[in-house]
Amino acid sequence: MPDAVALYRTIRLIRRFEERAIELVRSGDIVGGVHPYLGQEAIATGVCAALRPDDVITSTHRGHGHVLAKGADPARMMAELAGRVTGLNRGRGGSMHAADFSLGILGANAIVGAAGAIACGAAWAGMLAGSDRVAVTFFGDGAVNQGVLLEAMNLAALRRLPVLFVCENNGYATTMPTAGAVAGTITGRAAAFGIPASTVDGMDVSVVLDAAREAVERARAGAGPTMLECLTYRFDAHHTFEHRVRLRYRDDADVAAGRSRDPMQIQGARLDPDERTRIDVAVETVLDEAVRFALASDHPDPAGALDHLYASGLRARPGVA
Amino acid sequence: METVTIGKALNLGLRRALEDDPKVILMGEDIGRLGGVFRITDGLQKDFGDDRVIDTPLAESGIVGTAVGLCLRGYRPVLEIQFDGFVYPAYDQIVSQVAKMHYRSRGLPIVIRIPFGGGIGAVEHHSESPEAYFSHTAGLKVVVCANPNDAYWMIQQAIASDDPIIFFEPKRRYWEKGPVDTDAEPYPLHAARVARPGTDATVVAYGPMVRTALDAATAAAEEGRELEVIDLRSISPLDMAPVYESVRKTGRLVVVHEAPSNVGVGAEIAARVTEQCFYSLEAPVLRVCGFNVPYPAARVEEDFLPDLDRVLDAVDRSFGW
Ligand SMILES: Cc1ncc(C[n+]2csc(CCOP(=O)(O)OP(=O)(O)O)c2C)c(N)n1
Ligand SMILES: [Mg+2]
Repeated sequence: MPDAVALYRTIRLIRRFEERAIELVRSGDIVGGVHPYLGQEAIATGVCAALRPDDVITSTHRGHGHVLAKGADPARMMAELAGRVTGLNRGRGGSMHAADFSLGILGANAIVGAAGAIACGAAWAGMLAGSDRVAVTFFGDGAVNQGVLLEAMNLAALRRLPVLFVCENNGYATTMPTAGAVAGTITGRAAAFGIPASTVDGMDVSVVLDAAREAVERARAGAGPTMLECLTYRFDAHHTFEHRVRLRYRDDADVAAGRSRDPMQIQGARLDPDERTRIDVAVETVLDEAVRFALASDHPDPAGALDHLYASGLRARPGVA
Repeated sequence: METVTIGKALNLGLRRALEDDPKVILMGEDIGRLGGVFRITDGLQKDFGDDRVIDTPLAESGIVGTAVGLCLRGYRPVLEIQFDGFVYPAYDQIVSQVAKMHYRSRGLPIVIRIPFGGGIGAVEHHSESPEAYFSHTAGLKVVVCANPNDAYWMIQQAIASDDPIIFFEPKRRYWEKGPVDTDAEPYPLHAARVARPGTDATVVAYGPMVRTALDAATAAAEEGRELEVIDLRSISPLDMAPVYESVRKTGRLVVVHEAPSNVGVGAEIAARVTEQCFYSLEAPVLRVCGFNVPYPAARVEEDFLPDLDRVLDAVDRSFGW
């Protein structure tokens, strides 16, 4: 199990990866922008630290943190965001669809709520195969009103699937405050299906890790799904387009309160300062290399856009006969 | 050589797929204990167990999403959508997840079986022909069986395919009998076939309309006109070569389907034939389709569905051009 240093290192990696990615959005190297995970790093880090390499996760539109915490190569991830052929998905997925099946990363997912059912299927497959693999599905507070997520919870409870439903409640779905969209409570939805649920501090990685470990153990033991609602705050924009178009949906007091507890500082304070500096430097080296690798990689050949549509090799029809 | 109904042929094909590959699993509403509302999966749960023939909750989106996860972990799920009109809750999963997965990551060997079309006096949402929605979506393949032998083989070929396949079954023809050759080399899955050779005009149809077209050809022959009937079998990809060859011979083409004509499969066929066989055409390509309205009440469905008279009328109009 990872120690305090490893947990800090992952949080730091995600934090700086996101900041570097935002720079590449500004410079035009990442087209289409990103949904930064800044402020929520302790959740991906803590939950993935409770997993084995053969466990699987599904992620969200705000997915870089999950993908990195599950072990994806930061350089290939950065190349994916930049749309290069060396990316995790040869540049075809981009920020919202990065996947690495070899690491159990079944993909970020741009359709809010959709991945819950996918995680159920993966968990089910593990169960059918007689393994004790666990599946985690990350989702936001906005997803809890999607029917498919409720369908997934029902199925998971019914079949006692080894699934962790991890809700990252960052207070907003784009501009919609959670209270304005969620009737009842988020954990109450799980309770309705008889799924044990708890609300934890998503800013403290050790709290997240403890809760995740317990849930993973339950799942491995065949006791079925668990929901964790992790309270957190999104430090930056919903999406980088907000850097250009200022939206006023969070007032200054709200932002100040939300940012007052920083998962990186909370975990960093538990380390010896010299050690912390050493990690910071090492992470920076990794990210320098990731950015260099991404920007040095080739762009895909536009003619390839008609390829890889079918496993059978059938090519897409061009627009004209 | 056995003589069985289309429904029984599908059942035998599914049984053989379950026997041949332990990764094949069937999922759907009421498919296990009941054997499906059309009894296509009759007896399969009893013989293969409820881990492989699974009665799911009523949640189409969740079923398809779950199947995506199962696919990603090595299974080959075959889903039954109870009736055509119930696929729409799953449409998001099919279009947003299933269709796009291979283009950026890897393929999904998933089969979604849909009993489709009218003619059984059913209520709204139970008689629709939604094939164009799926054929329009790159990344999916769409096939339709029209006779017992194809039903038996095409379902197995679809299950063996590494691409996602929407498998349409002509529900009003489920009870029609015909020979099944369980030993012969099957015809390729994505190939059209001449169902009846002729020289004077070409009639293209698929699924339930193949029988209608063949009946029309029999009637036309009594009046001295030899219609060539082509069973498309695969809607996506379309196998146009036999159609071009036929039209170059006959100079006349009538396309028949139950789905409304507007922006439908017939329009695509007309466009392609116009592009490829322009100088061979003696008359415009004519379409005999459902009207561009929601599927009407059962008592008037006979007026809505293309029938022998409407097909022959179109052939007359083609000759009168
Ligand atoms: C089905 C669907 N509807 C709408 C959107 C547009 N959208 C993207 S993110 C988002 C808000 C999601 O909020 P939440 O689940 O709380 O996640 P967060 O952005 O806060 O991380 C919306 C509405 C979408 N991607 N998918
Ligand atoms: Mg949110």
